[in-house]
Amino acid sequence: MAEESAKEEDAKEPEDQIESSSRREFVEKAGSICAGCALVGIPVAAGVGVVVDPVRLPPGDAKFLKVAQLDAIPEDGSPAKFVVKKDKIDAWSRFPDRVIGAVYLRRLPKNRIQAFNVVCPHLGCAIEYRDQEHDYFCPCHNSAFALEDGAQGEGSPSARPLDSLEAEIRNENEVWVKFQNFVMGIEEKRPA
Amino acid sequence: MFSKMFDWLDDRTGYRRIVKESLYEPVPGGARWRYVWGSTLTFGLLVQFVTGIVLWAAYSPSSQTAWESVFYIQEQMAGGWILRGIHHYTAQVMTILLVLHLMQVLIDGAYKAPREVNFWTGLLLLFLILAISLTGYLLPWDQKGYWATKVATNLIGIVPIVGEDLQRIVVGGPDYGHHTLTRFFALHAGVLPATVIAIIVGHVYLFRKHGLTSAKPHRKKDGMFWPDQVFKDAVACLAVLATVLVLVFWHGGAELTAPADPAERYPARPDWYFMFLFQFLKYFEGNAILFGGIILPMIVVLLLFAVPFFASKWTWGHRFNIGMIGFFLAVFAYLTVEAYVYDAKDADYQFARERAHIDAARVRELAKSPSGIPPIGAVELLHDDAYTQGPRIFASKCASCHTFNGHDGMGRPQNEPSAPDLARFGSREWLRGFMDPKQIETTKYFANTAFVEPDEKGKKSRMVEYVHELADLTDQGREELEKVIAAVSAEAKLNYQLGIDKRDAEMIIEGIDLFFAELDGISTSCAECHGFDGGESEASNTPDLNGWGSREWIIGIIKNPAHPMFYGRNNDRMPIFEEEGIFTDRQIELVTEWMREEWVRFDEEVQQVE
Repeated sequence: MAEESAKEEDAKEPEDQIESSSRREFVEKAGSICAGCALVGIPVAAGVGVVVDPVRLPPGDAKFLKVAQLDAIPEDGSPAKFVVKKDKIDAWSRFPDRVIGAVYLRRLPKNRIQAFNVVCPHLGCAIEYRDQEHDYFCPCHNSAFALEDGAQGEGSPSARPLDSLEAEIRNENEVWVKFQNFVMGIEEKRPA
Repeated sequence: MFSKMFDWLDDRTGYRRIVKESLYEPVPGGARWRYVWGSTLTFGLLVQFVTGIVLWAAYSPSSQTAWESVFYIQEQMAGGWILRGIHHYTAQVMTILLVLHLMQVLIDGAYKAPREVNFWTGLLLLFLILAISLTGYLLPWDQKGYWATKVATNLIGIVPIVGEDLQRIVVGGPDYGHHTLTRFFALHAGVLPATVIAIIVGHVYLFRKHGLTSAKPHRKKDGMFWPDQVFKDAVACLAVLATVLVLVFWHGGAELTAPADPAERYPARPDWYFMFLFQFLKYFEGNAILFGGIILPMIVVLLLFAVPFFASKWTWGHRFNIGMIGFFLAVFAYLTVEAYVYDAKDADYQFARERAHIDAARVRELAKSPSGIPPIGAVELLHDDAYTQGPRIFASKCASCHTFNGHDGMGRPQNEPSAPDLARFGSREWLRGFMDPKQIETTKYFANTAFVEPDEKGKKSRMVEYVHELADLTDQGREELEKVIAAVSAEAKLNYQLGIDKRDAEMIIEGIDLFFAELDGISTSCAECHGFDGGESEASNTPDLNGWGSREWIIGIIKNPAHPMFYGRNNDRMPIFEEEGIFTDRQIELVTEWMREEWVRFDEEVQQVE
């Protein structure tokens, strides 16, 4: 009996039945999709912060650092290379007084100093001064830069001249350089 | 009993059907050697997973431990060098196999409809595997990987708008460090291999779905994957393995250059399969790098992905595709050869490479020594090593006037020295040459110095005049001079001369007496100008020979050659380094120890530049 009456009921409201089952199906589908998104999205989102974390670090702050004694720079106007040391922070490590880069220093008239970062602005290898050619040269992709102003030589792939740095003489015999690295490969000299 | 067990298993899993389907794939036209490439690549990947996971279990990614742990695997762990060698050379061989596989698919037209998606998954795998190679190159954190990868990541930075942020995300900060390694390692051993596995599953599934594209004409009747093709595949995989092993043993394992050092110049070169890109970048000036380094390679990649469309749209599409990829390969070959030819002719590059080899051998020697690697990392071993730093300091600070065996300390010839050659300074042979009238005015000693310039009376310096007088020595006088030389040279207490100093103790005692006497044939004694045997000389502004050539004496003269104990006011242009701040005290010690050959030696593999 009970079965029959149930059947009767089914027969009575077929439209309602279809409607409610399709509604339920919709809720189930939407629910599954939402749950799926949350199940995948939340663990992924939790990782995004760590993955993109390096973007938030500010560009290396440029500070004047004591690099050399003035006497150590040749008086004939040829350049000399000096390393730049500073406490280096690498993620969880702090390395005291580490070499963080190098510069070429050259005496200019009127007691001024010309300073170039040794990092090639093309793609970041280290340039070397060539005595015979009187230029700076990068051994990677053959960029050459003029001794006088660091301008790119003919056929050099670099998009900009060598990165000059501010340099000043303090306490008569100390050369201080505002050491900085720049974004490579682009024409604009933008701090990295 | 076994058959019952397998029946049970089959009933629960249906494994027999899977085995049957995977083994009994028909091979139209019979098994052929040209179909082996896919299997060799799968084999290669398997080798990489196995060796890679074992390496992983011994590797530690941080800037203080990466090189160190790889060194430990390579030099200290049982069979470590073979393991790392197999991992390294399998990667190299796989690059070639990838190209062979691509060429076979292309030539046989296995990329045409309906197999486009399968072709694309194959291309994705090609690029992913190259990305695994690129990320793996950095992991040993040696000079080679460090500098080459730096160029590669700097290239990311030139992408407009997002480039800089992207570069930081890949590098893990504004500069290379711990996080560069952790990130590259996560990519190399996690993200990329997982993606490769997922795509391979799809790749093989699609391959089986569409079946093998057989090369026409069929020369034989149809065969089966098992055992016809499997046998050929197995032989090919063995050949791959044999090639890898030959490479490993031939090269004595994979190379490990000196630990990464941002302060030490190294001419960055990628591995051979990326050399073409390296060479390519030389041709793009200024902002064109964006085109040459990013846009053009992207276009090539897009063209590769479009290959199935060319074949379906144009009657000649298939031939065009073969021509196009043949052209790309020709450009690849040309640029690669060009890059190597250029480097072979480049003396500076060859020099830097040789130097890097010397550093690599030396740091391995130091790391293996009883004192081992300090916690701060192996790079410090080289920073405080007289053998490594001595020639560098000499070349940069001393070689503008002095030479060392005629070169600048690093092996580069010096043409016009204006001060003595300092190789073996303090030794008997150095002093014997100095006291030789024929040699004193050569570039080995006083050529181009103030000491050989005649004054208004036409006289050269007292010392030079004295050496010329030595031509008048009698045979006995010459013997006496030899004793004086032995006595003065013994002051240097050179490690490499201790043996003969001990042997000739009596001769040295005689030599000390003769220092104060007139040698037979001439009428002046050394003591007239130089202090010796604890005493001071009457003359001023001449070097005191007490302790001549010893460590303290050399450090003293570098610090202040114009000190009355040395040349005093007769000092000829040598800077007073103590005052000028050109050297640190430690640098003076290092260059002194190097000149005296006093660095720590552990094995003879490391050769001095002669």
